[in-house]
Amino acid sequence: MADTAAGKKRDSDGPIEVRFRGGGFAPRSLRWVGVAVFVVLIAMVQWGTESGWISALTLPKPTDVLATFRELWESGLLFKHLQPSLTRLVIGAALGASTGIAIGVLIGLFSYARAGLVPLVAAIFPIPKIALLPLFVIWFGIDEGSKYALIAFGTFTPTVVATYGAVDNVDRSLIRMGQSFGLSWSSIVRKIVLPGAMPGILSGLRISLAIAIILLVAAEMLGAEYGIGAYILEAGSLYDLERLFAGVVILSLLGVLVSALIGFLEKRLLGWRI
Amino acid sequence: MAAVSSHAGLLSGSYRVGMDIKLDGISHHYGHTEVLRNISLEIPAGQIVCLVGPSGCGKSTLLRLIGGLERPGNGRVLQVGAPPADSLNPLTFVFQDFALLPWRSVKGNVSLVLEDHGIRGKRSKAIIDDVLNRTKLADFADALPKQLSGGMKQRVAIARALAVNPAVMLMDEPLSALDAQTRELLMDDLVALWTRQPFTAVYVTHNLAEAVRLGHTIVVLSRRPGRIREIISIDTPISERRAGDPVCQRKHDLLWELMREEARAADEELIDG
Repeated sequence: MADTAAGKKRDSDGPIEVRFRGGGFAPRSLRWVGVAVFVVLIAMVQWGTESGWISALTLPKPTDVLATFRELWESGLLFKHLQPSLTRLVIGAALGASTGIAIGVLIGLFSYARAGLVPLVAAIFPIPKIALLPLFVIWFGIDEGSKYALIAFGTFTPTVVATYGAVDNVDRSLIRMGQSFGLSWSSIVRKIVLPGAMPGILSGLRISLAIAIILLVAAEMLGAEYGIGAYILEAGSLYDLERLFAGVVILSLLGVLVSALIGFLEKRLLGWRI
Repeated sequence: MAAVSSHAGLLSGSYRVGMDIKLDGISHHYGHTEVLRNISLEIPAGQIVCLVGPSGCGKSTLLRLIGGLERPGNGRVLQVGAPPADSLNPLTFVFQDFALLPWRSVKGNVSLVLEDHGIRGKRSKAIIDDVLNRTKLADFADALPKQLSGGMKQRVAIARALAVNPAVMLMDEPLSALDAQTRELLMDDLVALWTRQPFTAVYVTHNLAEAVRLGHTIVVLSRRPGRIREIISIDTPISERRAGDPVCQRKHDLLWELMREEARAADEELIDG
């Protein structure tokens, strides 16, 4: 196709088709690509481990991991580990996210709360919460209390930051509109500020809940009989790679599940967005 | 139709008794910038008063002062006479950017301003049906703002304003975000609304065609600091004004004569100068 090289034809006087230079920068949803990446990666590992190209000490065979997983399922051990983990995750994250949203809204609405709490949150945010676990054990006991506290604390800070940012971003002209119609302060907060902040709060929750899963495992690694973290720790100390990976897969699935849950909430609550 | 007539009964005659607005020596500053200087003006009930002036002359600020969204630096905004007893929100705005809640349907946006007055259920439905009928939106009650065109969004905002039965409508460039054809259609709608039931309005615009079409009185402001330069009244009833009407055209040209130099000067001014 010689005529596509417009530059070369410049000297001839014929009309030149305008070169297309728009398009792009618009993400399309291509669901199967993600699945394909997983399948190709796992197939490569399977092929590598079977041919001996990847040694058994480097990575376990995916089929062996699957077999371990089935065993876990059939023995009922899966739910014995999953049940306490999920309880801790739900209670801890619910505590942290709800106080985080509440404090975030306060910061967004009141100048004194903002002046007093924003520096405090900034000071707490970078502390690795895992480092505080011994302290939590003393404060809340070695049992579930310290685990809830760790997860709650870890979800709290990112939720606060996301929430007050979201409240700040609510369209002020809508608030002026509410005032101009004589709406009460509480109506403006409930009917304009909170729904307007919802997109930001939900996208903040995506991050907070992923952090909650990380902290769940950390908490369980430091003293729990059952739980996915305990299971992974035990497998790791025995260098049982199949079980370690089975545990990791459970965590990944948990992450995907949480993300899907938020996606569902966004679809339900934020259908009004353009 | 019983529901509609009951609300029409609620509204009847209330505008004529009405309430005047009186501005008494209003001046206003933003920091060191003087935006308004000594504005005294009367807005009589049942009339549309248009405020025109070059950009940055403080006409929108004046409207916010009238509506109580800002406090004047000097002077007072007075309500003369009581608003009608059934008026839920005597001073009601219609904004340039519509200010609709995107998460509420058309119906929900109107109901928003009724809920705080404890109007729910049947009474609320009667009012909503009535105002949506008057603004020709009855078929779109359940649509979300994102599904509506600009003109329809502004009609929703007008319906919402009518729902609280205002004594004075404060319209801040209500048609400026719309294209020329839609603007023409909405002007017809406003004329029809006014003819059916005269309302009091302060109508801020930079568009002289809108001013001569809708205004009983046109107040020309000078450039910043805004002062009243001229008050022009048009006697032709607004329902009889047409686009090419010679009287309106003469008034339009007169207004443009008045504003041309100032508009040029305002255009060449530095923003923070």
